[in-house]
Amino acid sequence: MKKLLHVLFAPGFFTNASVGHAVLVGAVVAIISGVVGVFVVIRGQSYLGHALGDFGATGASATFLFGLATLWGFLGAGVISGAGSDVLGHGHRRRGRDVTTGVIHALVMGIGALLLYFDTTMTNVTGAPETILFGSIFVFDPSLVPVVVVLGVLTLLFLLILYRPLLLSSLDADLAKARGIPVRWVSFFFMCCMAMAVAQSSLVIGALLSTALLIGPAATAVRLTKRTSLAMVWSATIGIAATWLGILLAYDSYDWPPVGRGWPVSFFVTSLILLFYLVSRFRLRHPLTVARETQTESRRKEAIRHEYSVERHS
Amino acid sequence: MMEITQRGSHGDVLTLKDVHVQFHNRLVLQHIEFAIQPGEFVGLIGPNGAGKTTLLKVILGLLTPNRGSVTVDGLPVKHGNPLVGYVPQKIHLEPDTPLRARDLVALGLDGHRWGIPLPSRSRREKVDEVLRAVDALDFADAPVGRLSGGEQQRLLIAQALLTQPKLLLLDEPLSNLDIRSAHEVVRLVSSIAQNQGIAVLLVAHDMNPLLGVMDKIVYLAAGNAAIGTVDEVVQNEVLSRLYGYDVEVIRVRGRILVVGGNNEVSTDLLQPTQHLDSMGGATD
Ligand SMILES: Nc1ncnc2c1ncn2[C@@H]1O[C@H](COP(=O)(O)OP(=O)(O)O)[C@@H](O)[C@H]1O
Ligand SMILES: [Mg+2]
Repeated sequence: MKKLLHVLFAPGFFTNASVGHAVLVGAVVAIISGVVGVFVVIRGQSYLGHALGDFGATGASATFLFGLATLWGFLGAGVISGAGSDVLGHGHRRRGRDVTTGVIHALVMGIGALLLYFDTTMTNVTGAPETILFGSIFVFDPSLVPVVVVLGVLTLLFLLILYRPLLLSSLDADLAKARGIPVRWVSFFFMCCMAMAVAQSSLVIGALLSTALLIGPAATAVRLTKRTSLAMVWSATIGIAATWLGILLAYDSYDWPPVGRGWPVSFFVTSLILLFYLVSRFRLRHPLTVARETQTESRRKEAIRHEYSVERHS
Repeated sequence: MMEITQRGSHGDVLTLKDVHVQFHNRLVLQHIEFAIQPGEFVGLIGPNGAGKTTLLKVILGLLTPNRGSVTVDGLPVKHGNPLVGYVPQKIHLEPDTPLRARDLVALGLDGHRWGIPLPSRSRREKVDEVLRAVDALDFADAPVGRLSGGEQQRLLIAQALLTQPKLLLLDEPLSNLDIRSAHEVVRLVSSIAQNQGIAVLLVAHDMNPLLGVMDKIVYLAAGNAAIGTVDEVVQNEVLSRLYGYDVEVIRVRGRILVVGGNNEVSTDLLQPTQHLDSMGGATD
């Protein structure tokens, strides 16, 4: 038993300070990404979510040049370019919106490539690309831990305030407007929440994979429940599970070949998220749900038959 | 239209006076003038692009007309007015949207409020009451994205009833529905108008499903409108004047078809799959 525990939790896991910070920051990030992600999935904004990660990467590359904490780069660039996409994409349907985001995405990525080149050639910081793209949770600056926690709580509060108008705006913008909801502002503020969530998850698993934490748990959660609030809880829970397990495995992997290096957390987190998602897809559905669906289906077929017979006789 | 101006706006739920709407340099609505009394079922009928949705937006206060005035229950329009219930054309939902039918309906009550909803007994009772009114209790706990078009339409109607409106606006609730669901929705809306005294303005491009239940028709074509009973408005001369060219009204087997001049059929009033035969007959 003790031996098994030893294999599961490599020595020092519970006493290591970096691990402690990683577990705390990881949980905050998983909760924010999970909760925001449910709305990203409902609103069909996965692409913007992904682009926000890359926008943030460009910002983070800039902060390396000036010796600032990457958090600020991720956040600043994410919010600014996200706001830009929101304003420029306004009034377009989903496709137009994605095209606008795509154009900005390409431009920002180009600037990012240039900045990363400067990072690697002009500064003596090593590993900038790895840190930005794949995360750096074990070398997280302890002084930033409270910042992440506070920003996380604020984002969550903000989203809960937006909850009902956001839900209604996501279902039908005109219906929301008719109810007196300022749909433009709601959409803008939600984009800010999204940028916050993406910036924070970029710290943990990197800009490239932040989408995984934003979309994966939420996409799994919406398959598990038919209630928005429960989907948010499930999504956060799945995110925390994947992040903590990922941290544990990454810690354990220091003993795996090549010994002494440790595998990237992002690999474990994203694999676990994918695993959860696959399980939810192949999960046996509740018999009642299946019965109801079959019933609806047969009623629909009957309605169609009815329609045809009316047509033939008229 | 003239008779309405004489009657004045006293006691009207909705009054439009000389409404003009222009997009860029195009006049989309001109000199629209009509009124609706409590409990009246009015069909807003017209071909695609006639300006029906635009007119609804004006009534909802989402669009300010370039000229003219609109009052609801004697007061100028404003958005978020609880006296006006709005049923959008169709909501596009993925099947796995995590939202139950009753949650969608509850948004009609307090969807505009900030914060998360707190469950309460009175809230639940209000929601149950409108769910019963639209006969949706059966699927109240089902995920909305998996319901049929007709079922979703009934939920949207329930949602609009929650603020106890005096006027219910429905934008093309019957398109996308099979004949049977369409009849169900018409019957439902008509009984709401009769039993609860709520005035209904229902937009449709085909007037036929509404023939038995409409108290009045507002016919919109080329930016012009005529109001009256179906018999008064759906006449060759009246519609030709609206369209600006000769159209002919054909009544066959209790249905009404509007056929354009020059052998042109204005298919807007025909659902192509249903009336291919009669269309052929009309053009010959
Ligand atoms: N925001 C807008 N800007 C410019 N033109 C518009 C706008 N909204 C509608 N239109 C035009 O106004 C006309 C009426 O549109 P609409 O009210 O949607 O018609 P309907 O609902 O009767 O099909 C159409 O020709 C449409 O292209
Ligand atoms: Mg329309």
